[in-house]
Amino acid sequence: MDLNKKFTPQSWPAHPENSTLEGKNKTLGFWIFLGGETVLFATLFATFLALKNKGPAGMEFSTQSLFELPLAFIMTMLLLTSSLTSVYAMYHMKNYNFKAMQAWLIVTVLLGLGFLGLEIYEFYHYVHLGFTFTQSAFGSSFYTLVGTHGLHVIIGLAWFILLMLRNSKRGLNLYNAPKYYLASLYWHFIDVVWVFIFTVVYLMGVLG
Amino acid sequence: MSHDVEARTRSKHEYEYARKRANQGMRNQVTVFAIMIFLTFIAFAAVQAGMSAYLVAPLILLFAAVQVALQLYYFMHWSEKGHGMAQFFMYSAAFIAFTMILAFVTIIWW
Amino acid sequence: MSSTAKKKGFGATIWDYLTTVDHKKIAILYLIAGTFFFVVGGIEAMLIRIQLAKPDNDFVSAGLFNEIITMHGTTMIFLAAMPLLFAFMNAAVPLQIGARDVAFPFLNSLGFWLFLFGGIFLNLSWFLGGAPDAGWTSYASLSLASPGHGIDFYALGLQISGAGTLIAGINFLVTIINMRAPGMTYMRMPLFTWTTFVASALILFAFPPLTVGLFFMIFDRMFDANFFDHINGGNTVIWEHLFWIFGHPEVYILVLPAFGLFSEIFATFARKRLFGYSSMVFATILIGFLGFMVWAHHMFTVGLGPTANAIFAVATMAIAVPTGMKVFNWLLTIWGGNIKVTTPMLYALGFIPSFVAGGVTGVMQASAPLDYQLHDSYFIVAHFHYVIVGGIVLALFASAHYYWPLMFNQMLNETLGKITFVFFFIGFHCTFFVQHFLGLMGMPRRVFTFMGGQGWDQFNLISTVGAFLMAIGVILLVVNVIITAIKNEPAGRDPWKDGRTLEWAIPQPVPYYNFKQTPLVRGLDTFWIEKMEGNKEGMTYAEPISDIHMPNNSFIPFMISLGLFVAAFGALYHQDTDKTWSIPVLIIGLAITFASMITRSLKDDLGYHIHKEELMNEKGGKH
Repeated sequence: MDLNKKFTPQSWPAHPENSTLEGKNKTLGFWIFLGGETVLFATLFATFLALKNKGPAGMEFSTQSLFELPLAFIMTMLLLTSSLTSVYAMYHMKNYNFKAMQAWLIVTVLLGLGFLGLEIYEFYHYVHLGFTFTQSAFGSSFYTLVGTHGLHVIIGLAWFILLMLRNSKRGLNLYNAPKYYLASLYWHFIDVVWVFIFTVVYLMGVLG
Repeated sequence: MSHDVEARTRSKHEYEYARKRANQGMRNQVTVFAIMIFLTFIAFAAVQAGMSAYLVAPLILLFAAVQVALQLYYFMHWSEKGHGMAQFFMYSAAFIAFTMILAFVTIIWW
Repeated sequence: MSSTAKKKGFGATIWDYLTTVDHKKIAILYLIAGTFFFVVGGIEAMLIRIQLAKPDNDFVSAGLFNEIITMHGTTMIFLAAMPLLFAFMNAAVPLQIGARDVAFPFLNSLGFWLFLFGGIFLNLSWFLGGAPDAGWTSYASLSLASPGHGIDFYALGLQISGAGTLIAGINFLVTIINMRAPGMTYMRMPLFTWTTFVASALILFAFPPLTVGLFFMIFDRMFDANFFDHINGGNTVIWEHLFWIFGHPEVYILVLPAFGLFSEIFATFARKRLFGYSSMVFATILIGFLGFMVWAHHMFTVGLGPTANAIFAVATMAIAVPTGMKVFNWLLTIWGGNIKVTTPMLYALGFIPSFVAGGVTGVMQASAPLDYQLHDSYFIVAHFHYVIVGGIVLALFASAHYYWPLMFNQMLNETLGKITFVFFFIGFHCTFFVQHFLGLMGMPRRVFTFMGGQGWDQFNLISTVGAFLMAIGVILLVVNVIITAIKNEPAGRDPWKDGRTLEWAIPQPVPYYNFKQTPLVRGLDTFWIEKMEGNKEGMTYAEPISDIHMPNNSFIPFMISLGLFVAAFGALYHQDTDKTWSIPVLIIGLAITFASMITRSLKDDLGYHIHKEELMNEKGGKH
């Protein structure tokens, strides 16, 4: 594959992520990996559901006393919107518009950082109340589930940022287009997991 | 099974048609996003309104499933061709996930 | 890299293997590492049998015995059986589907090094304060109470090697889906490729629960979490679920490729098309599917309730149906065939009755009420050794003989091979058959000694004698390998004369780019079709000779794995307050890993091309 080959929007393939064998393999491999990730998160969800509100005798913390819906709502909106902005980025990637793609990715990263900031604030707040990782089984399972999602957000952000920095000078080619595509798939997957987190952990937690 | 790049320059008409399709597709994506925001809003509102948990819980789980389906089929392009294997592995994973969660909420009780 | 033949020095060879991304060389690495761990696990098995040879023996202490049984099980499953199967998958599958390499050569190498460093880490526990001692299942209440660092070695070591296994699984899935030669439809894939495919899918879905379970274990032991600690609301049964959601599919991850290997061997040496090919494929998929629905049959006595027990009992019994289909298909493949009893065929013939015995005792245990009687007795030990040794180890030995000419261009000695079989096979039945009776007489498993005069003495002695016969078999196999290596007679293409699938169509030694021209597959058993039509080349080609794209060798996988290996020591000793060096070690290790990963992402690795002219000048597979 020639990295220096210059494309025009017209000669740029309609599916740049799939137009090389490497790209095809990467896309399929990444989807299969997401299948594994799905099971991984299912395990964490299952454990959380089994250990929810379980703690030492007379524990004061429960999903109902801890969670605040406005915060969860704002976090959800930030992440959902960032999902749409990364769709815009991929739209421009397929149109061979490198600048617009980078710009939309910057917006995505900013929204992701906002989400991450709120999550850190939330954890800090709970720890301040005395609800820690070691306090109860509830705490352990909550922080592991939501924290693993948060870790994925960090990895997704780092992935975007490194891709943007690495390629800022040289623009799009068929070697890095699949990488951008996969990073955005990863970002959508993070959003998919969050949909279940806000429903199962926060909303159903508040429902009791 | 050559490693050559399968790309050719599209004709002007082909290109313009593809651009038009892509624009249309992007408009659909924004519609999908609006639906997702709407579902999220309803879900939060239903919980906040303090209705019966037996009504609200199935409702918000359904909304979550719909949202995830939209995310997968539109944002992650399952509705386009060539995603058969991706769907196969994700559906298998979802099935195993469901079995596992079902087991954990039913037979872990002490 | 030049394709002309050059004699390489020892150092250059080592460096070549440390950096290789070639599936054929990685297969050899897996074979060597897997054999090493197989021998280690075998020595542990011998120690167990020596200790149990007579009542009230004090050959090893009770604590040491616990460490030995734990390490025996863990080593054999994770570090011997799986890598050895990966060895044959790597050696055969890309060739069977007509591919030049796997989909992700770099990840293939990374998977191997992660496995190896994880395995070494786990085994270093012997020298660093004691091995894990809570059984290979490491049930939480027991393992949380275990003093010292043994369990930490278990959790971290398996975490590292498990990551390697997951990577290998994804790699095979993508390879089989995307890299098949033209004409190689799904229903023309050799059965070993099919079983590799299904086993890889099981790896994909089974390893994440193990990863999570091990993390919970690490958090509970090292960071004061409460997943399994009931005082703070935890639940020890969660570990059992997570372990068996992984552990039961794991059994099929091992046995399905073994089925595939035997299917190849039966068809080859009965010189007949595999009977009921499509039903074999269907049965493989069905076993894979049901494998996920039955994990709780390991937990009948936990008290999940009669409903749960009944559901899982029925699901478990259902697995006997597809497995039975396979057994009948093998029998009907042999039936009416022009049978050649070579060493691999001998193992295959021995496999059917042995594995059926193991399967039948499995169905017995599927019945929950009976399982209450059999649970934790030697009957269980007998059952799973019949399945694992009678199924998987026999398959590994058979394929070692069968695929040796493919991997090394040499034939193992047939006569010695048959003698090996006799020792191993008789030893195996001698060791484990009597353990059924021991179990029924009430001897519990995992006891370090027993009181005399309960009617157990004789059977235990017979069992130990059998173990020695198996050991003789293994030694004979090693001798065979050494003799063959010294003789060094090239075996040439299609050494069994009856090869049916693409891997035998390729010239020997296999060129490093595998296929000069991508083959065109014209049916099931494509090489056989070509042979029957008198095609001397053995292949119809799908393309003219053209440039071949090859991946570059890389040292990065080794460094990534090494970094995690170093970091694991930091994490492990972090809980000891007197070891202040632990945090720096953790950081250094992670830094090595991340630096290697960043190097990988910043440096474009586009591979290189072998040019058409070079290929034209080349006769065979020199490197």
